Amino acid sequence: MSGATHTPAAAQTTTFGNAGALRIVMMVVILGLLLAAPFFLYPIFVMKLLCFALFAAAFNLLLGYTGFLSFGHATFFGGASYFTAYTVKEWGVSPEIGILIGVVGAAALGLVMGLIAIRRQGIYFAMITLALSQMFFFYCVQSGWTKGEDGIQSVPRGHLFGLIDLSNTTNMYYFVLAVFLIGVAIIYRFVNSPFGMILKSIRENEQRTVSLGYAVDRYKLGAFVMSAALAGLAGGLKSLVFGFATLTDVTWQMSGEVILMTLLGGIGTMIGPVVGAGIIVTLQNELATSDFPVTIITGLVFMACVLLFRRGLVGEFYASRLGRKLGFRPEQ
Amino acid sequence: MQAMPVTLQDQPRVVLSARGLGKDFSGFTAVNSVDLDVEHARIHALIGPNGAGKTTVFNLLTKFLPPTRGKIMLLDQDITNVKADKIARMGLVRSFQISAVFPHLTVLENVRVALQRPSGLATQFWLPLSSLDRLNGRAEELIADLGLTQYRDTRATDLSYGRKRVLEIATTLALDPKVLLLDEPMAGMGGEDVAVVAGIISEVAKTRAVLMVEHNLSVVADICHHVTVLQRGEILATGDYATVSQNPAVRTAYMGTED
Ligand SMILES: Nc1ncnc2c1ncn2[C@@H]1O[C@H](COP(=O)(O)OP(=O)(O)OP(=O)(O)O)[C@@H](O)[C@H]1O
Ligand SMILES: [Mg+2]
Repeated sequence: MSGATHTPAAAQTTTFGNAGALRIVMMVVILGLLLAAPFFLYPIFVMKLLCFALFAAAFNLLLGYTGFLSFGHATFFGGASYFTAYTVKEWGVSPEIGILIGVVGAAALGLVMGLIAIRRQGIYFAMITLALSQMFFFYCVQSGWTKGEDGIQSVPRGHLFGLIDLSNTTNMYYFVLAVFLIGVAIIYRFVNSPFGMILKSIRENEQRTVSLGYAVDRYKLGAFVMSAALAGLAGGLKSLVFGFATLTDVTWQMSGEVILMTLLGGIGTMIGPVVGAGIIVTLQNELATSDFPVTIITGLVFMACVLLFRRGLVGEFYASRLGRKLGFRPEQ
Repeated sequence: MQAMPVTLQDQPRVVLSARGLGKDFSGFTAVNSVDLDVEHARIHALIGPNGAGKTTVFNLLTKFLPPTRGKIMLLDQDITNVKADKIARMGLVRSFQISAVFPHLTVLENVRVALQRPSGLATQFWLPLSSLDRLNGRAEELIADLGLTQYRDTRATDLSYGRKRVLEIATTLALDPKVLLLDEPMAGMGGEDVAVVAGIISEVAKTRAVLMVEHNLSVVADICHHVTVLQRGEILATGDYATVSQNPAVRTAYMGTED
């Protein structure tokens, strides 16, 4: 039976093996760089980068694998950063519990937003998520516990499991790296699971999936909540890295930024959003000290992205002659 | 509940029925007062000129569109207000006029998607894809039954049109439906493929009810037990092929199309 896989399929398996091997090499190299990063880069910068990379990867879980363009993901990222900051500072919970509370809170917000928005399509979905996240923004401005314009400041990093002192930068760095890797592993598994298979079939042919008896809205909602929870993981982590949670992370600009990161890197690829986040965060860092306005640069980057490489950097690489030679296949 | 061998006698009895079914699209009546009885172990053809409302009837029966009027019964249950996915789970499964495969999934994966839900392997987001391998045996059987074994690992988009339709039937059969609605399963197929698919449909109809839309009247004459003719949304005639084809109104509606 398997002997019947003739020419095209056989050719695919060999080149596919190349891409697989190359992926593994790339992963090992990236992991090595990340492990060594605090010795030659400013650790806070790399930690920030990892938080945003995880945020973008979580966002891509939704956009890349279900096609939903959410314009409200700042709610989950920023919301979780408030939840974590508040519980760690005011309740004195340990950092891992604080982050867990952030994740659960973000998932709950995701459930509410998802229940309202998931039946809408395309631009209506984007509009509703934007409107709901603006409501959440105003809630954060008004409510006392978020401390309004000031935000929740001087949040202690505490001791991981009551043992490891996270105020030590090296300890904190490896904690952030571990959480990032766990987050990416969860996304990878989610996408490559029986559930992920149904998500894929919904994206390929929704009507057909319904006709096979799947309640597709539930699967979409599941993906939305998972994406929100992981965005929350990134947000909670970020509030511990910087020791504060402020309104910046719940603004619509933050929702826009994560869209930009994901599109720039390449939707529907695992490392695209990570690359996109890396570029944007680096740009912001470099330009923060110059007189040149960051927003203009991000605007230009966005235009270049839309006009020149629609698949994003990683997506274009996969689709390029070299990428194909190496056995990658562009999405769709 | 799936893969249950049919132990009941395979005698004709009504399993799906519609009474006074109607659909208006903002003032335009696409389907009006349609009565339909689909029987177990029988092939029922729904024919009629383009735009007669055949696909709309399918959409109403499977709740892809809400009916404006009328009542639908599946066995002894009223399904008029049941949702589309639930109806599929109750055993009434449809195909689409435009080929509906999952283009970037392989033939095996296409069939497996249908098997996942009945096997309780659809919601696990923590298991690896390899956990689906235990469905491969059943999927390969279905693929073999329909002669697609050599395309097991081919992506659906790379199949010929005829084979896509065959794959669709394999995927539909994976659900072991009680009632099968096929919307022009042979449209666009070559002569050989038509014969093969007609054979497959006759075979599967031994243990379930089939309602099919088909333009190829020689196929209808060959394999269908009952024919309903639809014109401008209303039933023009119904009965066995010999009776219906003698009906003067039908002859007028079909003038020249019988080859
Ligand atoms: N969603 C819709 N909105 C408005 N009008 C519709 C809709 N769906 C179908 N119609 C109209 O209803 C009528 C019946 O269409 P339907 O697709 O059911 O015909 P059909 O018998 O399947 O034709 P064909 O043989 O071409 O497939 C047509 O006039 C069509 O334009
Ligand atoms: Mg039609």
